[in-house]
Amino acid sequence: MAALEIKNLHVSIEGKEILKGVNLTINQGEVHAIMGPNGTGKSTLAYTLMGHPSYQVTQGEVWYKGQNILELEPDERSRLGIFLAFQYPVAIPGVTVANFLRTALNARRRAENPEDKGIPILEFRKLIRSKMELLKMDPEFAGRYLNDGFSGGEKKRAEILQMAVLQPEIAILDETDSGLDIDALRIVSEGVNALRGPNLGVLVITHYQRILNYIQPDFVHIMLDGRIVESGGADLALHLEEHGYEWVREKYEVVES
Amino acid sequence: MNKPAEREILESISDYKYGFSDPETYVYKAPKGLSQEVVRQISAMKGEPEWMLEFRLRALEHFLRRPMPAWGADLSGLNLDEIYYYVKPTEAEGRSWNDVPETIKNTFDRLGIPKAEQKFLAGVGAQYESEMVYHSIQEHLEKQGVIFLSIEDGLRKHPDLFREYFGTVIPIEDNKFAALNSAVWSGGSFVYVPKGVKVDLPLQAYFRLNVANIGQFERSLIIADEGAQVHYVEGCTAPQYTTDSFHSGVIEIIVKKGARVRYTTIQNWSNNVYNLVTQRAMVHEEGTMEWVDANLGSKITMKYPSCYLVGKGARGEILSIAFAGAGQHQDAGGKVIHFAPGTSSKITSKSISKSGGRTSYRGLLKVHKGATDVRSNVVCDALLLDPQSRSDTYPYIEIDEEDVTIGHEASVSKIGEEQLFYLTSRGLSEEEAITMVVSGFIEPLVKELPMEYAVEMNRLIQLQMEGSIG
Repeated sequence: MAALEIKNLHVSIEGKEILKGVNLTINQGEVHAIMGPNGTGKSTLAYTLMGHPSYQVTQGEVWYKGQNILELEPDERSRLGIFLAFQYPVAIPGVTVANFLRTALNARRRAENPEDKGIPILEFRKLIRSKMELLKMDPEFAGRYLNDGFSGGEKKRAEILQMAVLQPEIAILDETDSGLDIDALRIVSEGVNALRGPNLGVLVITHYQRILNYIQPDFVHIMLDGRIVESGGADLALHLEEHGYEWVREKYEVVES
Repeated sequence: MNKPAEREILESISDYKYGFSDPETYVYKAPKGLSQEVVRQISAMKGEPEWMLEFRLRALEHFLRRPMPAWGADLSGLNLDEIYYYVKPTEAEGRSWNDVPETIKNTFDRLGIPKAEQKFLAGVGAQYESEMVYHSIQEHLEKQGVIFLSIEDGLRKHPDLFREYFGTVIPIEDNKFAALNSAVWSGGSFVYVPKGVKVDLPLQAYFRLNVANIGQFERSLIIADEGAQVHYVEGCTAPQYTTDSFHSGVIEIIVKKGARVRYTTIQNWSNNVYNLVTQRAMVHEEGTMEWVDANLGSKITMKYPSCYLVGKGARGEILSIAFAGAGQHQDAGGKVIHFAPGTSSKITSKSISKSGGRTSYRGLLKVHKGATDVRSNVVCDALLLDPQSRSDTYPYIEIDEEDVTIGHEASVSKIGEEQLFYLTSRGLSEEEAITMVVSGFIEPLVKELPMEYAVEMNRLIQLQMEGSIG
């Protein structure tokens, strides 16, 4: 059972320190939620774990499967089993969802075995069809250009579809609930729940508690000013829902000053 | 993309870019350089009527008088005295595949042509060197009265029809290189589709240069009579040589009332070829002309497929794609001239520049006085893959009429860091990610191609992208 271990992670953007020593361990099979007010570094953590080039790691390590993944390129991290569902997925005009997914699957197969001839077309069709059914997606969706002209809900569903097809072992959901109405949120959450299991570790990054009504977390962490300041069980999220972030701020910013 | 079968093909032709060549076995090769003597010889070898010889000589005179164009791409490296203006590979033209010489077959084999022929081709005209060596038409086309011949046979067998249209769309005086082609043309296709006949499968011709320094001056004449429909496909590949080669074609198309013609080109000359082509369609009442023009190869290409919309309600559409890598300049685009009322046009240009390559969109949109109720839309998108590469836009618009609706959009984009991060975060290497963005960028054009050409096009793009990352 592999674990993602984040150790004393410090990250800067353009010289400004955003993460100031994050420590967190996510085991496969666990669902963690990171909550926190805007601008506390939640998305920075997500991007850094995936390897976005704009984020400079100044200190710390992230271990997974015996490697410090901070030394790996994003594609290598992906093929190792890490997945990021983007808050703002990028449009790739002219490339269909199906074509993109097949290319991504084949890239992974080829990385494992350079002789691999790629997933047979029929097998791929079956796979994508079953995953789309799971997410209650119109089969026509596979023929649309990736994220090009997608509504907010379609974009998020497309992210979860990618997750379902690529079958990662550690999935980071960055504000997947943002911009979703309640129906879309439910469908997306059900999709995530369907993928839950002993082989998948999930990190849900969110500002609001409501997605956690659908995706029940095992652990909840509160992030403030680049650090995880509180950790607890699912009840911590409920507490936040009731009392807001104010008490956390008071508790920790006082200490800091 | 990345289909297993395609990857196998890719691997099997990794000694690209079709840079193989067969030993030269030619019956006749004119001396280098251009003179009246060479032109007379060409005409005599072809056994042409007197009027054609006169046409050639007039054209030669015009060519010699006219200065090199001072605009467009840099042609200073082109030495017109170092070129063979005529090479005749074999005495007779092959009618069936069995008659085609073995060395030529080998070359075609490596290009995959027989395979294509076995599939669904309506007819194959393969231009090997300066003359058709192999030309076949499916029987049902002949029964429909469709003429699909080498240009030489067109002149021989249908002299009156030929003479009525030849040189009428692109006259000798049009430009210096059209004049040169008119003087020394050799090879190309002659197509006539009778009234109301719809040719349901594309007519195809392959072109191939094989002798160092050969000039290839193919000339095609396509006539779609009233209500007729035809799609003509031209694909080019050339072996690589160190000395510069030269290709200067002329394509004339007549689209009669209510007819529809599509002309598709995939140009992939090796990177030492100067490719200066004039192609134009005269579109009559309610006729439709569509140019699909892809330029991937050559050192320098100057090519602006054009539509002269001379009849009421005529439509012209130009889809242009250009890919310029290191040392390449693709100066491409399109021209539409509206002469008649109710005419409409659309130009879509997509260009990609990488490794210091340069693309230019050069377009002309002209609306003459009296051409009322004209609609036209021009969209040019350029994609730059690195800071060394360059893209320019030269959109000329001349409107002499008020009752027109004109749209023009241009965009230049770079492959974004966010796009690359997104794709690599799914396990694609950086090279695969860039290739994917590029394929998507040209998809609107590729989907207009017949299926096997779409596959070839994607394969060519992949090959162009190989090794594009440090």
